Amino acid sequence: MKKFSFWLLQLAIGICSFSFSACAGDTTRVGDKPGIGTGADKESLQLPAGFGAVIFAEGLGQARHLAVTSNGDVYVKLQRLKDKKGIYRLHDSNGDGKADEMTGFGNYIGTGMAIKNGYLYASSDEEVFRYKLNADNKVMNPDKPEKIVTGLLRRGEHEAKAITLDNSGNLYVNIGAYSNACQVEDRSKGSPGMKPCPILDSAGGIWQFRADKLNQSYGEGIRYATGLRNVVGLDWNTATNTLFVMMHGRDQLHDLFPDLYDTKLSAELPAECLYELHKGSNCGWPYIYYDQIQHKKILAPEFGGDGKKTAGEDAQDPVYAFPGHIAPNGLLFYTGNQFPEKYRQGAFVAFHGSWNRAPEPQKGFFVAFVPFRNGKPSGEWEIFADNFAGSPEMAASGRANHRPCGLAQGPDGSLYVSDDAKGTIWKIFYKGK
Amino acid sequence: MRRYISIFFFGAFMCMLSFFLMSQSKKPGLAAQNKNLPRASLERGKKEYAEQCLSCHQVDGGGVQNMNPPLTKTKWVLGDKTKLVQVVLKGMKGETEINGDIYHNVMAPHSDLTDQQIADVLTYVRNSFGNKASAVTPAQVKSVRAVTK
Repeated sequence: MKKFSFWLLQLAIGICSFSFSACAGDTTRVGDKPGIGTGADKESLQLPAGFGAVIFAEGLGQARHLAVTSNGDVYVKLQRLKDKKGIYRLHDSNGDGKADEMTGFGNYIGTGMAIKNGYLYASSDEEVFRYKLNADNKVMNPDKPEKIVTGLLRRGEHEAKAITLDNSGNLYVNIGAYSNACQVEDRSKGSPGMKPCPILDSAGGIWQFRADKLNQSYGEGIRYATGLRNVVGLDWNTATNTLFVMMHGRDQLHDLFPDLYDTKLSAELPAECLYELHKGSNCGWPYIYYDQIQHKKILAPEFGGDGKKTAGEDAQDPVYAFPGHIAPNGLLFYTGNQFPEKYRQGAFVAFHGSWNRAPEPQKGFFVAFVPFRNGKPSGEWEIFADNFAGSPEMAASGRANHRPCGLAQGPDGSLYVSDDAKGTIWKIFYKGK
Repeated sequence: MRRYISIFFFGAFMCMLSFFLMSQSKKPGLAAQNKNLPRASLERGKKEYAEQCLSCHQVDGGGVQNMNPPLTKTKWVLGDKTKLVQVVLKGMKGETEINGDIYHNVMAPHSDLTDQQIADVLTYVRNSFGNKASAVTPAQVKSVRAVTK
C-alpha cells in the first residue's frame, strides 16, 4: 500500500505540473523541448509572455557568478571544484544554444567573475586574480593569473568576495561581515552588540582597488562604503555611473528577541535592500536595519532597539527594499536592446532563496525585476523568472532544485542566470509576442 | 479544447490528491517511534526544537546548504552522545565537514538550557527526520556538563 501511494503521488505530481503548464496563460514554459537540455531535465522556468529560455550548461555544481564574452562564451566561477577546477569556459561551437566545449582552469573556489578591458577577473574567498584574454576571448595563461588583491579576511561567515568594475580602472570587492549583528557572541541570545563594531575596519563593506595593480591588500585599497553586512549581488550602473549593491539583511530577529518579534514578523524583517553607493557611503549595519513595512531605519535590538525606535540618521536609505531573507546573490542593470523597452536600464536581481523565514514558508528562488528611469526605481518589483525551486512546495520547504545566484548579459542582450545548487546555466531571451 | 479542459480537471483532482497524500505522509512523527522512548520527553523535545533549533536546522532537520549542518544521517547526531551534548552546550564555530559538504555558520552555545531540556531536544532529534537512536537522559547531560568548560 505504501509503495502504491508513493507511485500515485509521483503520478499526481507529474500530472500536477502538466496541468499548471496547460493553464498558465501568460507564462511561457520552456526547457523541455527536443534539443534543449539533456532531455533528463524536465524542469522549466516561468517567464513573462514573449520570453524563452534554454539550458546553456548544467552539472557544474556550485556555479556562482558568471560573465559572458563579446563572442558569447561564458566564464563561470565555482564554489566547489569540479574535476579540480574552479573556473569553466563554456563555448557553444555549433550554435544550438547549448555549450558543447567546457574548459576548466584555476584550482581555487570562489564567487566573483567579471570581464573588463580584455581581462577576466575571478575571486577566491581571500583574493582577486585576473587573466589576460586573447582576441578569441580565451584565457592566455590559465595557470598564471596576476594576483590583483590578496589577504582579505575570510572567517567562515559571508566569505564570498563578490566583485565588479567601473569604467575608470577601479575594482570593487565585497568583504562581508563575519557576523550576523556584531554581537559579542555571534548569534547568541542575550549577547550585546558591540559599539563601535570592531568588524567594520576590515569587513562589512565594499573596498575599492585599482584594477591593474598587483598584490594590493587593505593598505592599498580604500574602504569605499561601510555598514554593509554582506553583499553578493553588485553591479556598476553605467547610466548613473555609480555602484549599486544588494545587501543581505540580518537574520534571527525572533530567535534572539522572541519578545519583540514573532516568527511571522521575523520572516518578513528586515528588508533585503538595494543601495546606491558613493565613496564614503554608510548603510548602517549593524546598528540599524531597514523595516520595509514601517519604511524606517530601526535601531537594532542588540543596540537597545525595540522594533519601533528609529536610528541611523547618518546612514543612507535604500533605493529599494525587498521582503526579508530571500537572499539577493546577483544584480544586473540591463543595458541591452533585445528585451522590450520596459526592461532597459532596469535592475534584475537573482534571489537565492531564504532559510531564515522558518517556520514560515521559505521564499525566493527567482529572478526579480525593478524598472528604472533616470537612475531611480520607477515602479514596483515583479518576479521575472520563477520556478527555479521546481515547484511552489519545494520553494516553501527550502528544498529547491535550483538556486539562482549569478546574472550576466550576453552580447545579444540575452540574460544568463547561474544556479549554485546543481550548476545549471540558463540563457533567457526575448522571442517577441 | 474539451480535451484540455478535461486534462485540467483531472490535473486539478490529482493535485488535490497529491496534497492529501503529502499531508498524510508527513504525519507519522512521534506515534510511529520506538515504544521504549520516553514519550513525554519527545513531546517536550519537539517544542524545544521549534524554539531553539528549527530556524537554522529547518523544519525537516535538513539544515541549509553551506551554512547550517543537517541533523539527518550524520554521526554528529547518531553517534557519541557526549560529543552531541557538548555541541549543544558549547555551540560550534568554524568550517565543519559533514558527508563531504562544508558548513560555515556559527552555532551559539545553549548552556542556559536545563539538563532536562537538552535531554528532551536531543532525544527528539535522534528520533526524528528519519533518525532512530537511543534517548539522551538528563543524568547523561549532567555528567557531560560537569566536565565541559
